[in-house]
Amino acid sequence: MRTPPSPAASDRAPAWQVHGSERGAVLVVTGNWIAQSGRVPVFPADGLASVPARNTLGFDSADLGRWDSGLIAFLWDAERAAVAAGLKVDTTALPGSARKLLGLLPDRVAEPKPAARRRFRPLAWVGGGTIDLLNEIGALSTLLAMTAAGGALALTGRARMRAVDLLGNLRDAGPSALAIVSTVNFLIGAILAFVGAVQLRKFAADIYVADLVGLALVREMAAVMTAIIMAGRTGGAYAARIATMQGNEEIDALQVIGIPVSDYLVLPSILALVFTMPFLYLYGCLVGMLGGFVVSFAMLNITGPGYLNETLKAVPLDQFAFGFVKSIAFAILIGVTSCQIGLKAGRSAADVGLAATRAVVTGIVGVIALDAIFAVLADAAGL
Amino acid sequence: MSDAPALLSVRGVTLAFGPKVIQHDLSFTVRRGSIFAVMGGSGCGKSTVLKSMIGLLRPAAGSILVDAEDYWAATEVRRTEIGRRFGVLFQSGALWSAMSVGENVALPLRMFTKLNEAAIQRLVRLKLGLVGMENAIDQLPSELSGGMRKRAGLARALALDPDVLFFDEPSAGLDPITSSRLDDLILQLRDGLGATIVIVSHELPSLFAIADDGVFLDAGTKTAIAHGSPAWLRDNCPDPQVEAFMRRERLVEKAG
Repeated sequence: MRTPPSPAASDRAPAWQVHGSERGAVLVVTGNWIAQSGRVPVFPADGLASVPARNTLGFDSADLGRWDSGLIAFLWDAERAAVAAGLKVDTTALPGSARKLLGLLPDRVAEPKPAARRRFRPLAWVGGGTIDLLNEIGALSTLLAMTAAGGALALTGRARMRAVDLLGNLRDAGPSALAIVSTVNFLIGAILAFVGAVQLRKFAADIYVADLVGLALVREMAAVMTAIIMAGRTGGAYAARIATMQGNEEIDALQVIGIPVSDYLVLPSILALVFTMPFLYLYGCLVGMLGGFVVSFAMLNITGPGYLNETLKAVPLDQFAFGFVKSIAFAILIGVTSCQIGLKAGRSAADVGLAATRAVVTGIVGVIALDAIFAVLADAAGL
Repeated sequence: MSDAPALLSVRGVTLAFGPKVIQHDLSFTVRRGSIFAVMGGSGCGKSTVLKSMIGLLRPAAGSILVDAEDYWAATEVRRTEIGRRFGVLFQSGALWSAMSVGENVALPLRMFTKLNEAAIQRLVRLKLGLVGMENAIDQLPSELSGGMRKRAGLARALALDPDVLFFDEPSAGLDPITSSRLDDLILQLRDGLGATIVIVSHELPSLFAIADDGVFLDAGTKTAIAHGSPAWLRDNCPDPQVEAFMRRERLVEKAG
């Protein structure tokens, strides 16, 4: 960085020595002190132990070559060692720029803060976890209640929500999701038919493949698979979007102006899912049945009208209603949890990723758990 | 100082986003060891000029010479090498939020040097010590105030002992006292490290306090309309617009 004082000084390794004198010690530094060369020595903590206290540490940089922060790091170590040994430090013999930099640095070793230790306290963990869980449920219910209130206002036409936001969300949650919903449900129907065909063929009960595929899709698979797709696709997007808005202080700005976040952000998100998911479910059922028919037609001796007839006989309309209601419940669950996770995310880039991951995981686990609850309820109600 | 050799020269540079021209036919020279201010009102393209100097935006025309080497004509590998001589302090620090302050400063050292862990830690402590942030080494950027983030960003910019330091609005968002402390720090670091400093700013107190050379950009004509240090421009510039800016006056049409 600097031009050497003499040509002889270039290309020399950094070296140092402490000379004793009548008034104290002198630290002599010679050679080139470049931090990135990796050759800069460390000043030992006891390097000045032999110098009697209350003396002065001086410096001699007459034979110093090129230097950068490597030298400053070394001199800083020496200065702190001198202060710790009770010596006075006289920097007048150093280059002026080095003195300025040393002047910026504190001359005492900073006390490291004791790190908080994590002790083994299982009861405290269980208690803390329970309180967190209850808080979480409380926050979710509050958000849901406020959104429902906003939804009620929307019915009377006084919602603080923009139609353009709702339309945008509807497009993202509906038509854009058709391709993946078709693919997944077609394959699920085909897989169900394949598994059924292999087993039912043994009993010459080929035609019951239609019953199996129809009932499984309508009661469980289409609703759950569609919900899982939407949790990954839309729930993750909601959480990431709201978490990013949080980082940009956009949520704060909404609150300061007095626009309720539940109306403006959460309501259109949930409404979009509630409007689209039941229809995606119905669509998924049809595509799944088509998948089942294609496999049955290829593997078994079944005709199109026969398959259709058997399906209509096996799946009464109230089964569709059951799946339809489940889809609405899944939509609300995914919408509320992903928005809530986004709202309470931190403000850094890493927090946005974390929020998206948590929204997807919570959505998928929540959908399956809720489906189990529905199964128990349906059994109790005899549906 | 005025006869010091040129470190950076901008020659007839035109900057544009697609068809939208931000600045055209821009020429100025940054001399070694100077503190060079890129001045101008809001929206005149100051930060865009900075972007083209630090390698984030390729000029539509013209060249930028670093030590007489054409920066944008060089290969990408060579540009990275040249860029390693630069340290940049972004407007709000731009610390990587997933890393602690110490890790932020250590990353350039880990990526571009072969130093061992102990040497890296020493340098990290030194750079943070220079900006008075040694205690914050284990803190996360989200735990810091705006001024501390800027100082931590400065420590990161200093990590590789740069020849040229670029500052984008160093005083933006800081109170006058913190801002003037940062000015002092910039001056002391310049004197201590011998670095050349390029500052983009419209904060007059800070410009008068530290800059010794500069260029004034105009949003209307989209090019440089005055060259010289802020204090010189204030006292001597014939252009009424520059004078009004430097004296914080409203531009009035002279009657008659």
